[in-house]
Parts: sequence; structure tokens; C-alpha cells
Amino acid sequence: MSTDVSRRWTRTVGAASLGLIVLVGQGFPKAEGTGGGRAEQTRRPDPAGNAAGHVQPPPESAIPDGPFGTMVRMGSDIFQDTGRHASGFVGNDLRCSNCHLDGGRLPGSAPLWAAYENYPAYRSKNRHVNTFAERLQGCFRYSMNGKAPQLGDPVLVALESYAFFLARGARTGVSPPGRGYPKLAQPVSLDIARGRDVYAAKCALCHGASGEGQATADGYTVFPPLWGARSYNWGAGMSSVANAAGFIKANMPLGQGNTLSDEEAWSVAAFIDSRERPQDPRFEGSVDETRKAHHDDPLDFYGQTVDGVLLGQNAPPSGTVPP
Amino acid sequence: MERSGQRKQKRSWVGFCLWRLPGDATRLTVALGLTLQTLPSAALDPASIASNGSADGAPACGSCHGANGEGNSNAGFPRLSGLAADYLLRQLASFAGAGRASEVMQPIASALSEPERRALASYYAGLPAWKAEGGEPPDGQLVFRGRALAKSGDWARGMPGCPQCHGPVGQGVGAVFPALAGQPAAYAAAQLAAWKNKTRANDPLGLMAGVAEKLTDDEAAAVSAYYASLPVPATRNGGPR
Ligand code: HEC
Ligand code: HEC
Ligand code: HEC
Ligand code: HEC
Repeated sequence: MSTDVSRRWTRTVGAASLGLIVLVGQGFPKAEGTGGGRAEQTRRPDPAGNAAGHVQPPPESAIPDGPFGTMVRMGSDIFQDTGRHASGFVGNDLRCSNCHLDGGRLPGSAPLWAAYENYPAYRSKNRHVNTFAERLQGCFRYSMNGKAPQLGDPVLVALESYAFFLARGARTGVSPPGRGYPKLAQPVSLDIARGRDVYAAKCALCHGASGEGQATADGYTVFPPLWGARSYNWGAGMSSVANAAGFIKANMPLGQGNTLSDEEAWSVAAFIDSRERPQDPRFEGSVDETRKAHHDDPLDFYGQTVDGVLLGQNAPPSGTVPP
Repeated sequence: MERSGQRKQKRSWVGFCLWRLPGDATRLTVALGLTLQTLPSAALDPASIASNGSADGAPACGSCHGANGEGNSNAGFPRLSGLAADYLLRQLASFAGAGRASEVMQPIASALSEPERRALASYYAGLPAWKAEGGEPPDGQLVFRGRALAKSGDWARGMPGCPQCHGPVGQGVGAVFPALAGQPAAYAAAQLAAWKNKTRANDPLGLMAGVAEKLTDDEAAAVSAYYASLPVPATRNGGPR
């Protein structure tokens, strides 16, 4: 056991810089997470979140007729094909539903129905109380590497209507099981080399050898890019290894959620989140300053040197889709 | 082993002719013989195997898969035209080796040499994607139910939607995820059943087995009818961005 740990320790030193080695018991500073403190405390570890008691989000077929239903339907369309239905606000090849599966319904993939009744909430990310609409703005700016729609923009109204529709019956201020991504027990270390092997064996088939994703011949992205210029940017929640590990453990490989060990999930998340991706839109003039201001977390590789690359240094610009 | 022995015999037969024939005929035959010797592809014309069968006893593929590789709806023979070459090649290897049992295709794939399989896979991949004509008109109700299930899957059972791997209209993605659009319903349903009873077990990471195991027979019939009802897209499989 102890040799195993020390071997991994050495390998990790080789792969990542010292600052990233994380030991049990050392305790992580809280990674940027769901809706600030009050959400965090009530989230349960149950990975699938299938514990009894949560609301059943209604199916697509339950969307009512009339103007409200039209808005809900528009929100559903935006959520599932964001680049097409909200093109002005998207700067990569992702869709909301790539990270919030089953159209924002699936427990353990930060479902909308579990989020909706938990806003307004304080978020440490921007240090103020955020309405639900402001929370959605952040998704566009970071996860979608795009531009935030103005408050009141039909895109936000539609998404909020869709979330409201899904949250029918949910209780205000109650963070139900299945909310967010599962929080995995903290790892002994983050082993990027092992993550690379896991990636090659279980992920590359769909997401591509260089994380570039795959599309149909007519250009529809089926397997989303995980890093590079067309993926989420350095400000996104998924660029924190804790979020990525939780998402991956519960949901990947697609259709085989909860088949990876925690250690595999941590390693492969560390591998993905130690590759270059679009710049943090909050860039403070230098990688160093930006790390200090927004990435001062052992589970965040921004501003660290991994495999000879100072991450963030040559990041593609944020907010633009490369040709 | 046996096969390379046969090859050698064929060559020495060419040599024998050269030795026997005098004068101009010799020169002509020398040229011909050289062509045969240096261009093994002469014996490896995939279009010829597709329409006439191979010297080693593989029957004409077209007799079942159609003259344009479009498949046969009534008999439930799959379309090959326009599918990814790597996918087709891996299927032929699975029939001949392990992973995909088929009384019909096992002996046929085994009669093909590795270079022949490669050539046939590229040949069919390069054909325009045709849809087989005929077959029973799909049952509208079945197609409707199949479409709903295919589109969103059933996450309560941990089952993704089919488009999440096969593309939004079943057009296929890259070399691993085959097109489903326009495949005969009987064929697709037979494959789903084969995964369930493990006579087909060659899918990478067990990705398709995980889906097929969750489908009831009725659901399998419905999603198969839905994909059979779709037009074959003009474009080929995509791939890395
Ligand atoms: C690259 C993956 C990714 C994409 C794409 C993405 N998100 Fe998220 N989303 C996340 C992560 C990570 C979190 C944080 C979850 C946590 O803290 O537990 C999150 C959180 C949220 C939350 C808050 C959840 C809660 O329980 O408080 C909402 C609402 C949300 N996203 C909506 C969207 C919408 C709408 C889009 C599309 C415009 C979108 N997301 C696109 C990864 C993504
Ligand atoms: C069968 C194909 C497949 C395999 C294998 C697979 N994924 Fe995915 N992955 C997907 C699909 C499809 C989505 C988008 C889900 C959706 O839209 O419903 C996705 C989404 C993701 C996302 C969120 C979207 C993004 O761009 O960041 C991450 C992260 C991810 N996968 C990581 C992994 C990792 C790590 C592995 C290996 C352990 C893996 N995937 C294996 C198909 C796959
Ligand atoms: C006697 C009819 C018949 C002939 C002749 C025939 N096939 Fe097939 N082929 C089938 C059947 C039936 C299947 C479906 C097998 C199964 O149930 O798995 C099939 C399946 C295939 C597949 C798998 C397709 C897929 O989508 O997975 C390939 C590839 C293939 N055949 C290639 C060939 C080639 C190449 C030839 C000629 C050398 C050939 N076949 C000749 C009947 C035939
Ligand atoms: C997680 C990814 C994934 C999902 C989801 C998925 N498939 Fe597949 N499917 C595959 C792979 C991979 C193959 C190719 C297997 C091989 O190479 O042998 C395949 C092959 C098939 C085939 C055989 C095609 C042929 O030409 O022989 C059929 C039929 C099929 N899938 C139907 C479906 C249906 C119907 C659904 C939805 C209910 C579905 N698949 C969902 C991954 C998936």
C-alpha cells in the first residue's frame, strides 16, 4: 500500500508540478461549485442521486400549449442544440445538454429541476447573490465560451421557463439528492500519466485521440470536444478537476456511468483538465495574476506547468469559435 | 497457409505458359505475366468479387447485398454501400474470427484473404449510399414509438438515445459508429437480438451490448422500424473535427 502510494507520488511529481500534489487530509479549498455555500452543504454523496423523494421532471410531451409552452419549448431547443438556437452567444462546439444529460433531467449531471428552486444564491465565483438568470449568464460566458445574453434576453427567458417547467413540484430552497455532480472522496494524488492511459482506453474512441470530439459528415457535433479551442474555457466549472471527476464518474463512458473507479475518474479528469483550452475571460493581464485571482486551488491546473506546457500561456482567445 | 500455397501455384502456372510459348506470343505473354505478377490487385478486383465471387470460393456479395451494395429489405441483408471502411473490415474479421456469429457470413468472410477483405471494405465504403427498395411498408405506429425511444433513450434505465452515438438521423459517426438510416428493419432487429443473446459481441467497450440488453423485443422492433423508415443520407460518416 505505502509503496504503491509513494510510487504514484513520484510519478505525479514527474507529471505535474509540486503544487498540484494533493494529499488526503490536507483538505481542498472549496472548488467553485453549485450556487455557493447553501447548496454545497445539502448535497448528498449519492452518485446517481436516485434516493427516493426527488421530483420527477415532466417529459417533453407534458409541455403545455400556448405562449408559455412555446417559451418552454424554445428553452428546450436552446438547451439541446445551443449553437443553433442561441448562436450569437456560443463560442465553441458544446451544448448545454452535453454536461446536463437527458435535457437537464438526469440526476448526477447537475439537472435543471434540482437547480431552479435554489436560486437566488450567493456564488463565490462572482462574490454576490445571483439570480437564476445570472447563473445562466455564467454558463454562456464560461462553459459555452461565448457571450452572456443580457438579462431579459429571450434566450435567458426561454431557458428559465424550461427550468421552471422541469422543476414542477420541487421545493424552494431545498437542494434535492441528485443535484449537481457527485462529490467523490478526495484522491491520494492526481496521476496525469494514469489519466492519459484511462483516456486512451475508454474515452478516445468517442472524444478523439486529441480530445477534439467527432462530428457527422454534415458537421453536427455528436461527441463533444473535451479540450482545445472548441471546448469549454478556463473559467468553466468543468475546468475544475473536482467537477469533472464527479461528472465523469457518474456519466462516462456514455451509457456506462459509475463503472470507473474513483481513482480512474480523478486521474482522467486531471488529464483532461491539464490540456490547453480557451483563455479565461477574466484574464488579468498575465497567467500568474489570473491564477492568483481565480484559480488558486490545487484542483485547478490553470497557470501550472504540465508536460512542459504552462497552461493558459498559449490559450486560444476566449469567446470566439475558431474557423 | 493453404491460401499462399495456392497463390504460388497460380504463379508457376503463368511461368509454365511463358516457357512453352515461342516468338511474339512469348513477348506478349511475358508482358501479361509480368502484369499479373507485379500487380497482385489483378486478382484483387473488389468489384469483380462483389459481382462474380472470388477464386477461393467466396460467392458474389452482390447476390445478397445487392448490385449497388444497397442490401435487401425482404431478406434482411444489410446495406454495405457508404458504410465506413474500417467498420466493414472489422465486421469481416469478426465473422471469420470471433465476436460475430453468422452461419451465412462466417464461411464467406473466411474464404476471403486479408487483402481481399480490405479491398472489399474500401470498395463498398466508396460506393454511393443506396437504400434497398421494396420490403413491407413500415408500420406507422411502430415507427412513431421507435422514433420517440430512439431520440431520447430511457435514462431511468441508463440508456442513452441512439443519436448520441449514431448521429441525429442515424447517419453514422466516424469509423466506429455505423449508419443505421435505411438499414432493413429485419436486419437491425436481428442484430439487437444477437447482442442480447451474445452471438454478436464485437462492439468496442461493450457500448452497443449495454444498449441492446436494455431493449425489450417490442422496443427493438420499434427502433428498427424507425431507422428503416429513414432516408439514407447522401453524405458519408463523419469523424474527428
Ligand atoms: C462543459 C460542461 C457544461 C456545459 C456545456 C454547460 N454546463 Fe452548466 N454546469 C456545468 C458545471 C461543471 C456546473 C457546476 C455544477 C456544480 O457546481 O455542481 C454547472 C452548473 C449549472 C447550473 C447550476 C446547477 C445548480 O444545481 O446550481 C445551471 C442552471 C446550468 N449549469 C445551466 C447550463 C446551461 C443553461 C448551459 C448551456 C447554456 C450549460 N449549463 C452548459 C457544466 C456545464
Ligand atoms: C460512447 C461514446 C463516449 C465515450 C466512450 C465517452 N464519452 Fe464522454 N461524452 C459522450 C457524449 C455523447 C457526451 C455528451 C452527452 C450528451 O450530449 O448527452 C459526452 C460528454 C462528456 C463530457 C462533458 C462535455 C464536454 O465536452 O466536456 C466529458 C467531460 C466527457 N464526456 C468525458 C469523458 C471521459 C473522461 C470518458 C472516458 C472515461 C468519456 N467521456 C467516454 C460520449 C462518450
Ligand atoms: C448468401 C447471402 C450473402 C452473401 C453472398 C454475402 N453476404 Fe454479407 N451478409 C449476409 C447476411 C445475412 C449478413 C448479416 C449477418 C448477421 O446476421 O450478422 C451479412 C453481413 C455482412 C456484413 C456486416 C454488415 C454490417 O452492417 O455490419 C458485411 C461487412 C458483409 N456481409 C460483407 C459481405 C461481403 C464482402 C460479401 C462478398 C464477399 C458478402 N457479404 C456476401 C449475407 C450475405
Ligand atoms: C453508447 C453508444 C451507442 C448507443 C447509445 C447506441 N449504439 Fe448502436 N452501436 C454502437 C456501436 C459502437 C456499434 C458498432 C458495433 C461494432 O462495431 O460491432 C453499434 C451498432 C449498432 C447496430 C448494428 C449496425 C450494423 O450495421 O450491423 C445497430 C442495429 C444499432 N447499433 C442500433 C442502435 C439503436 C437502435 C440504438 C438506440 C436504441 C443504439 N444503437 C444506440 C454504439 C451505440
